[in-house]
Amino acid sequence: MRRRNGYLTAGLILAGLTAALILLGFFWTPWDPNAMSMDRSGPSLAHLMGTDNFGRDILSRVMKGAGTTASIALATVAIGAVCGTAVGALTGYFGGLADEVLMRVNDALTAFPSVLLALVVISVLGPGKRMNVILALGLVFIPSFARITRTAFAALRDANYVKSARLMGAGSGRILLVHILPNVMHVLLPALTIGFNNAVLAEASMSYLGIGVTPPDASLGYMLSEAQGMFGIAPWYAAGTGLVIILMVFSVGLIGEGLQRGHGEAA
Amino acid sequence: MKYAAKKIAAMLLTMVIVSLLTFTAFSLISGDAAEIMLGTQATPERLAALRAELGLDRPLPERYLSWLLGFFTGDLGVSIQYKQPVWDLIAPKVLVTLCLSVLCFLLIAAVSIPLGLWSASRSGGALDGLRTVVNQLCMAVPAFFTGILLSWGFGIALKWFMPGSFPDLRTDFFGAVKYLFFAAAAIAVPRVAMTVRMLRSTILTEMGKDYVRTAVSRGSDRRRVLYRHVLKNSLAPVVTFLAQTMAEIVAAGIVVEQVFVIPGLGRMLVSSISNRDYPVVQAIVVILAFWVVLAGTAADVINQRVDPRLRLGGDA
Amino acid sequence: MRKKLLALLLLVSLLSAVLCGCKDGSAEQAPADGQEPTIGSTGETANEITVGIAQDLDDSLDPHKAVAAGTKEVMFNVFEGLMKPTPDGELIPAVADHYELSEDKTTYTFTLREGVRFHNGEPVDTADVVYSIQRCADDTEGEPLVPALSAVKSITADDTTVTIALDQPNTEFLSYLTLAVLPEGYDQQDTAPVGTGPFKFVSRAAQDSIVLEKFEDYWGTPAYLDKVTFKIMENADSIMVSLQSGAVDLFAHLTSVQAAQLGDAFNIEEGTMNLVQALYLNNAEKPFDDIRVRQALCYAVDKQGIIDIAFAGYGHPIGSSMYPAFGKYFDESLSSRYTPDLEKARQLLADAGYPDGFAMTITVPSNYQPHIDTAQVLAGQLAQIGVTAEIQLVEWGTWLSDVYAGRQFQSTVVGVDASNMTARALLERFSSTAGNNFINYNNPEYDALFAQALTTFDDAGQTAVYKQMLENLAENAANVYIQDLADLVAVRKGLTGLRFYPIYVLDLSTVRYE
Repeated sequence: MRRRNGYLTAGLILAGLTAALILLGFFWTPWDPNAMSMDRSGPSLAHLMGTDNFGRDILSRVMKGAGTTASIALATVAIGAVCGTAVGALTGYFGGLADEVLMRVNDALTAFPSVLLALVVISVLGPGKRMNVILALGLVFIPSFARITRTAFAALRDANYVKSARLMGAGSGRILLVHILPNVMHVLLPALTIGFNNAVLAEASMSYLGIGVTPPDASLGYMLSEAQGMFGIAPWYAAGTGLVIILMVFSVGLIGEGLQRGHGEAA
Repeated sequence: MKYAAKKIAAMLLTMVIVSLLTFTAFSLISGDAAEIMLGTQATPERLAALRAELGLDRPLPERYLSWLLGFFTGDLGVSIQYKQPVWDLIAPKVLVTLCLSVLCFLLIAAVSIPLGLWSASRSGGALDGLRTVVNQLCMAVPAFFTGILLSWGFGIALKWFMPGSFPDLRTDFFGAVKYLFFAAAAIAVPRVAMTVRMLRSTILTEMGKDYVRTAVSRGSDRRRVLYRHVLKNSLAPVVTFLAQTMAEIVAAGIVVEQVFVIPGLGRMLVSSISNRDYPVVQAIVVILAFWVVLAGTAADVINQRVDPRLRLGGDA
Repeated sequence: MRKKLLALLLLVSLLSAVLCGCKDGSAEQAPADGQEPTIGSTGETANEITVGIAQDLDDSLDPHKAVAAGTKEVMFNVFEGLMKPTPDGELIPAVADHYELSEDKTTYTFTLREGVRFHNGEPVDTADVVYSIQRCADDTEGEPLVPALSAVKSITADDTTVTIALDQPNTEFLSYLTLAVLPEGYDQQDTAPVGTGPFKFVSRAAQDSIVLEKFEDYWGTPAYLDKVTFKIMENADSIMVSLQSGAVDLFAHLTSVQAAQLGDAFNIEEGTMNLVQALYLNNAEKPFDDIRVRQALCYAVDKQGIIDIAFAGYGHPIGSSMYPAFGKYFDESLSSRYTPDLEKARQLLADAGYPDGFAMTITVPSNYQPHIDTAQVLAGQLAQIGVTAEIQLVEWGTWLSDVYAGRQFQSTVVGVDASNMTARALLERFSSTAGNNFINYNNPEYDALFAQALTTFDDAGQTAVYKQMLENLAENAANVYIQDLADLVAVRKGLTGLRFYPIYVLDLSTVRYE
């Protein structure tokens, strides 16, 4: 038990570090992240992660970029989770024809690979805008959240405590929110961590394809794809940005692992 | 048999919904293809003529039906950008992308199943934590980043393949497969990690069940129990999981084709989206989605062969 | 049951064995494969090269309809006109053998070269020439493909000569006759182009490659290479990897960062890009309809700073729509018309009613790294006067349709090229009625000067008027002019003979293995 929560603890510590870096970045960065200079060099005391092709301080840019990436991922997951859970809860709890139809459509939607669907949505909304990236990815994540929560809600709808709540005259809304929702958290929370990571990686992929967030306010994904073009002469650029993306995803992944195992033990 | 028929019927239904969604969406957003093609040279007569030529003057449902049939007859309309039949443009790319995803799928299955077994059989050891960490790390690396590392490592440093010169699949099949192998590996790394993790936890749950405990306590060899009973019961969810991976493989393929300069559907899709060549986009989108649905159905049918419990369960 | 399970396990282990075998196999082959790229790719035996390009030929393969510089750059190898340009900026007869100009300088008589053939084997006759010129001059469906040809009064032909009469003398007229000569009545130029150039078009695969082969029946010095494959590579890192792996032998328009990464296997040849790179401003769009705002931007931008930061010092600052290779028109002093002066810039902005600056969007084609880099430095410089520039990356096709054709943009960083070697090719676009005036420049004085240029028939007088037009553009800050980019071309060692032109083309006919 203690060991298993080790993952959760380690994940939380690492995620806390990343979050601290991001929060700090909102108020203070070692250098102006967009200030260019002729100084192009590897990591040094002045520039801990070195400078990029425009002589900008990579650490400062990574701090800002990580903020961009994290906020996109959070917003995306929020859209996906809220809408997806709503759909899943309603269809799972009430069932019936609406359930059948919605789940068919849901199946069809999951047939579109995530990046593919996001690409299509972006092509409709227009590329390059942060809001559009969030919307596209958020929409993409709705079906998976819907599927997960639907199963959970359907399983609990005839649970004893739900039945008794119903007998006591609780409305459907109250039952869904107060009685069932807290009990599906064990499925929802790990799904949230996975969703967050998928969002970070999907945003990176989209930036790589040139349709994510655009410069100069770069996300980590954009910076990483930019860094690859100069892998030969400035490997520290790819290393620095890559490391932060990996750290971000890794720490959240550990949290998810800890949550899942913790629950597995309890059950 | 009945089960398979049911699954295939469901698959066809999903495919119809998929194509209907795509077609409607693109018909709504893309506007008048004839107008786009003519651009500034549009006159009412020319527009009418081109619309008739492209079949745009017919009602929407009729167009949808003929387009859907086009997947069997090869008539998917005309590309706005290239002024050529869509099918002619994408046909050579379909094969490339299918090869890549099949190769990647096999790679994932071949690596992750033994690895998952091994990981489960050593569960709880001192290295368990390390394995989990490595596993999570593998999932944290974006596929295109792995791709670029593989290109530099195996392509430029070791010269095992030549990034940027993809051999023609029809004339040099093995050369092409060798080239695709590295792209497949880039896609596979995080998916292998996911599958291993999934297989491990399924097996461990199964091992905790009464029948296994009983068998072990009765003195059966632990390993024998693992292979004889546990694996059998754990495979079904893994096959399903692997089939779901197909969607991820296809998605990652879109990006990785870009990294390895592979002339597949993914690259065509990205540029067609930006060039607003909607006839091409909708054809590719539907082909990829069909492919994913097909993989899912195949997994269900295979599963039912492997695990007869599902036969009773019916629509599992 | 047990059997099935066993079979499945066997299958799995077999698969892993096969795949491991694959791995081992490739390891064994490694030395053999490894040899290949180090000795000059496959080229030495096959006498062919692969050229990387950053975008597919997105508009049209038809040379009369193509507008994108990237398309013309490639198709230069396939097509020729009566005349063709040389690397020195001269015009020499190509499909024509020679020409005569009448006393009053209004009638050109071209005698066709004997034995010129199209790639489809047909001989070129005078009817083809007349057809090609008339196709470009046709104005029945709106603006003709080459507006300048409206000066043509009549074209007549006999068996060997084509006579073109103009309304009035035109010193630039010959430049327009570089337009491609195409076979009469052939209607598939769009998909399977046929011309008379040293290379013939063989095939293309959408978003993948374009294949050209040596044209054996070429009238002049035949191409050295038997085959050239253009490979489309959108990503900067794919390009770098492909060059270093040996998959690509030649790549033009590298950034200085990319050039610095290429090791000993390549020579970096430096030419000029012959582009007018600028922050093009939509003069009809607020706030750029105000000259003070445009001038403020000019004062805020430090051209040399851009060149130093983003281009490692390669590049030549410019101050108007003209690049240095056009020595006749290029005026060095215009480059320093606006020296960086933030105070003045802020003052101008305040006068125009933007004391706190404003927000703007710079649209940049995503496949042209130099323009993206420029835009990033620009955004930094503009921030100093309170102007926040958001960079919007769009695909090249979108840029063409939205910005260039649709004029739906605020500002954009691109390079504008000259379609032929005349000042008019660069300057006509800013006259208020020009179909390609994508910045919506509307200046009566400029229009008057342009009309004057068209009717001035002595060379010196006309040059003087064109120079006035250039000054007009600079004075009114039509755009924020930046530089003529350096053209860094990576050429695999062992290849030689690449020549640079004063226009944006990539001539491969002289490229050969040493």
